[in-house]
Amino acid sequence: MHSADKDYQRIVITGVGLTSPIGDSLPEYRAALLAGKSGVSNFETRYIGKVLAGICHFDSLKHQKRKDIRRGTRSGSIAVYCANEAVIDSGIDWLARNKSRVGVYLGITEHGNVETENEIYEISKFGHDTSVWSHHHNPRTVANNPAGEVTLSLNVTGPHLTIGAACAAGNAGFIQGLQMLRLGEVDLALAGGVSESIHTFGIFASFKSQNALATHDDPQKACRPFDVDRNGIVVAEGGAVCTLERLPDALARGAKIYGEIVGYAMNSDATDFVLPDRNRQVECMHLALQRAGLKPCDIDIVSSHATATEQGDIEESLALHEVFKDCPNVAINNTKSFIGHAMGAAGALELLGNIPAFDDGLAHATINLDKLDSRVPLTQIVANQPKQMGAVSCILNNSFGMLGINSVLIVKKYQPT
Amino acid sequence: MTADQIRQVVLGILARIAPDEDLSGLKDEVPFREQMELDSMDFLDIVMELRKMYRVQIPEEDYGNLVTMASTVTYLTPLLKDCSA
Repeated sequence: MHSADKDYQRIVITGVGLTSPIGDSLPEYRAALLAGKSGVSNFETRYIGKVLAGICHFDSLKHQKRKDIRRGTRSGSIAVYCANEAVIDSGIDWLARNKSRVGVYLGITEHGNVETENEIYEISKFGHDTSVWSHHHNPRTVANNPAGEVTLSLNVTGPHLTIGAACAAGNAGFIQGLQMLRLGEVDLALAGGVSESIHTFGIFASFKSQNALATHDDPQKACRPFDVDRNGIVVAEGGAVCTLERLPDALARGAKIYGEIVGYAMNSDATDFVLPDRNRQVECMHLALQRAGLKPCDIDIVSSHATATEQGDIEESLALHEVFKDCPNVAINNTKSFIGHAMGAAGALELLGNIPAFDDGLAHATINLDKLDSRVPLTQIVANQPKQMGAVSCILNNSFGMLGINSVLIVKKYQPT
Repeated sequence: MTADQIRQVVLGILARIAPDEDLSGLKDEVPFREQMELDSMDFLDIVMELRKMYRVQIPEEDYGNLVTMASTVTYLTPLLKDCSA
């Protein structure tokens, strides 16, 4: 056990695999973010008809057979793609790796709705005869499904689980991986978040009933966080998985290091099913900063959670103002304006899209911000065009979710000593 | 349906549940599992597809009749004799 070694507690990102509506690799995704390219498009969903969504276009056959895809789930395919891409990107010698010391930790907002809706639709064609209900339903809908599909794909025999954390799940997946590494439970974590949410009509219908589903004649202008004309959420699918390792292990194999997770926090509002609470968000950010040994003005980029809803945007902007009001140089941006809300993958995708800023010194923008809502007291939002930052050394990533779950992750540029 | 038509139906089902397999050389007298990657869940897919397509209920004790193409066709012929292809 090396836990007494201070560096043993330092966790770094050494590989990235992702799929998003605007790119299926980090370079492709980053280029689209810097180009201001929206990935929102028209989508047809059962019963509702036309909606807007962020749709991924990754090659699902790159790491799976057609039979695997047929048997599994969309979130499983997303997870398998991202995990395999992360492993390849990490340069780890996978054949030689001890797979019993690898853990898979994936955040999910929900899982099983897609598959259950599909089965109910299928049996409706048979007069709701339950004898035609698929024997695949249970393995498809168990909550660990996406992480389990990763273990099948990569022959991982260490622990795997999904972390149900509403829309804070992406960060939560990273945090779980980090904690397991620090505890010495595993030597490598495949961590992040995934979402197949656009394939359930229920999520669209529920947001619509909540008056929180975005509409716009131009799909690419539909997701408008902080803008006075925003009118709700654009649901997206996606995934992002990282290889996380202890710093000494990463250095020993000469790994490329994307950044070090230096701070994290999670807490609960305990106030409402859906309405956020800025006081707890503030506490969560402060706790993450404290654990990182950083002050607010040490942060260069804040990746905001804002989903383009009335309550969420205002509440988070007030929380951000309270934490960063004395930090005029911090850049606050928002990824959902490009891809929509990727639910369980949102926090992971939003963090990773900002990581290349350590190298290129740019803060990507928040697009579709034509007129800032006057109730948003932030002067630091990067609107519509990327901002040249010079050196970027710290990124703070907010990710919040229903039932009052908050998560904050802070990643620092790795500086060899 | 004739025996030939039933064989085509079963081939179609196998093609759907094992889309990566080349079925062109499938031998009728050799067990499916010796020629293809089929596990118990795949096998249940054959049963389920027949149930959906023709409302045929195959009891578990009869599953042994579905080991090869030849035995499957023999078993299904009386059950599907009134069904159209």
